Amino acid sequence: MAMTANRAGQFVRLGETSRAPVLIHIDGEAVPCLAGDTVLTALLLHGRQLRVSEFGDGPRAGFCNMGACQDCWVSLESGERRRACTTYVQAGQRVLTQERP
Amino acid sequence: MTIGEKIVIIGNGPAGTRAVETLCRAGCRDVTVISEAPASGGQIYRRQPPGFTRDAKTLYGDDSDKASRLHATFDALADDIASRSETLVWNILDQQIYTHGPGGIEILPFDRLVLATGAMDRVLPLPGWTLPGVFTLGGAQIALKHQCCAIGRAVVFVGTGPLLYLVAYQYAKAGANVVAVLDSARFADKARALPRLALAPRLLLRGLVYRRHLTQRGVPIHEGARPLAITGDAFVAGLRFRDAAGEEHTLICDAIGLGFGLNPELQLAELAGGRTVFDASKRQWLLEHDGEGRVADRIYVAGDGVAIGGADVAELAGERAALALLADLGKAADRSRLDEIGREMSRLAAFRTGLDRAFAYPASWIAEQPDETILCRCENVTFGDVRTAIRRHSPQEVNRLKALARSGMGRCQGRVCGAVLAELLAATSGRPLETVGRLRGQAPIKPLPYVAAANQAATAIHDWMTTDEVEPVP
Repeated sequence: MAMTANRAGQFVRLGETSRAPVLIHIDGEAVPCLAGDTVLTALLLHGRQLRVSEFGDGPRAGFCNMGACQDCWVSLESGERRRACTTYVQAGQRVLTQERP
Repeated sequence: MTIGEKIVIIGNGPAGTRAVETLCRAGCRDVTVISEAPASGGQIYRRQPPGFTRDAKTLYGDDSDKASRLHATFDALADDIASRSETLVWNILDQQIYTHGPGGIEILPFDRLVLATGAMDRVLPLPGWTLPGVFTLGGAQIALKHQCCAIGRAVVFVGTGPLLYLVAYQYAKAGANVVAVLDSARFADKARALPRLALAPRLLLRGLVYRRHLTQRGVPIHEGARPLAITGDAFVAGLRFRDAAGEEHTLICDAIGLGFGLNPELQLAELAGGRTVFDASKRQWLLEHDGEGRVADRIYVAGDGVAIGGADVAELAGERAALALLADLGKAADRSRLDEIGREMSRLAAFRTGLDRAFAYPASWIAEQPDETILCRCENVTFGDVRTAIRRHSPQEVNRLKALARSGMGRCQGRVCGAVLAELLAATSGRPLETVGRLRGQAPIKPLPYVAAANQAATAIHDWMTTDEVEPVP
């Protein structure tokens, strides 16, 4: 996996790597994932944030990981919003982690 | 005997699964189980997605037999029940539940309802707790159990309670780098709780094994530690804390698991007509029930969504609530089984009071948070904002304070900050916690995508526009 030191993700995979590959797009960039990854896992293996708080206090990356705290809602390019911790990756998903200008 | 009443069970963790089993075994033929998760097990026995291959022992450790039994029980009932997974119940009104799932919004009528909604981590805000890399202890555990990931490359676990040591142990065992464990509870409190903890010697021993394992791996455990601030600009870079001797330290880390016990998820029971009651020793609001899980007419509750008791208690309570339901349907109660459940639950309840004493929630820290600390993470409302609202308006209870300061008004519906807000109001206004109340549950209890509501409305409007019957406009 191509990963430089300053492009390191928040999460670390500890195993279970023989699952089927799935390709999604994060902020326009093609990112390889594995079937069964949640969108939260995929985003945090790739980077360090899920979104930017709309209340001006910086980046966020989820909190409870069990669908309760609602910290991990992300936008899809289609305009829909998804809770990243309870959504699984699907081929062709296009996720945005930054507010569009 | 066949029972045709329409019974709905919400949640399929330990409590929900045992309730379903008991009802099906007794002859109930119209049983619907609804869960937000894709598979049964709840959070504690959460299953990994299809394609993962770790065995039960790796996933659930000493509880692997219990987890496997519970999963097998639910799977064996598949043909006897209607199961709706990945479905949120967001309201209960007039003997109907309102759901949102793969098929959009639906309204289901029920005759009787069992709520087994579980719990989430009880948190205590501190500077930096909204930074990327900070997760609840439960969230950190799910990353490992459900996704085989660690939440970071250098993880500190902070808080108190049995979950603190369990998750740290599971991380270390899975090969993650655990930098330290900071337990807010002091050793002396645990020593005082020992007589009660000894009521469940197996569980007590297990906790000690986790600690020994961590120590052997060289993971420092600080008891009586107080976290002061999580540092970093765009993500976690470190944690400042004060040890039991009063000395300050800074740990370098890139992730933090944070949790001080659990809070029951009781919003749905409240919407269904359940009443809450204050527990002074836990400093928590719990659901009031008749001792067998009846909370309102035709509504039954069980498990951590009622009061935090853990998975073993939840299994027993799930069975007991189902037996109560069956008794209300006129089925003769199995008195000896009820007595047996009662005895086992009293023993575990005494053990639980030991845990509560050993790992007390450090509520006094809340009033000592600096003004800049974020209290409501949904809408970035700070302790200072809330203190200003309290000073200006002297609200008498917490729902009023929510309206004034917006803390608790965000997307999480006050699940995360509501209890903290009440503690702050009580401490600031010098009144006992139970007098300031608790944030009321409101529908929808979790956000619904706008498109779901819009589709529902569009269908209704279309039906109305195209109907042949013309009704006068009121």
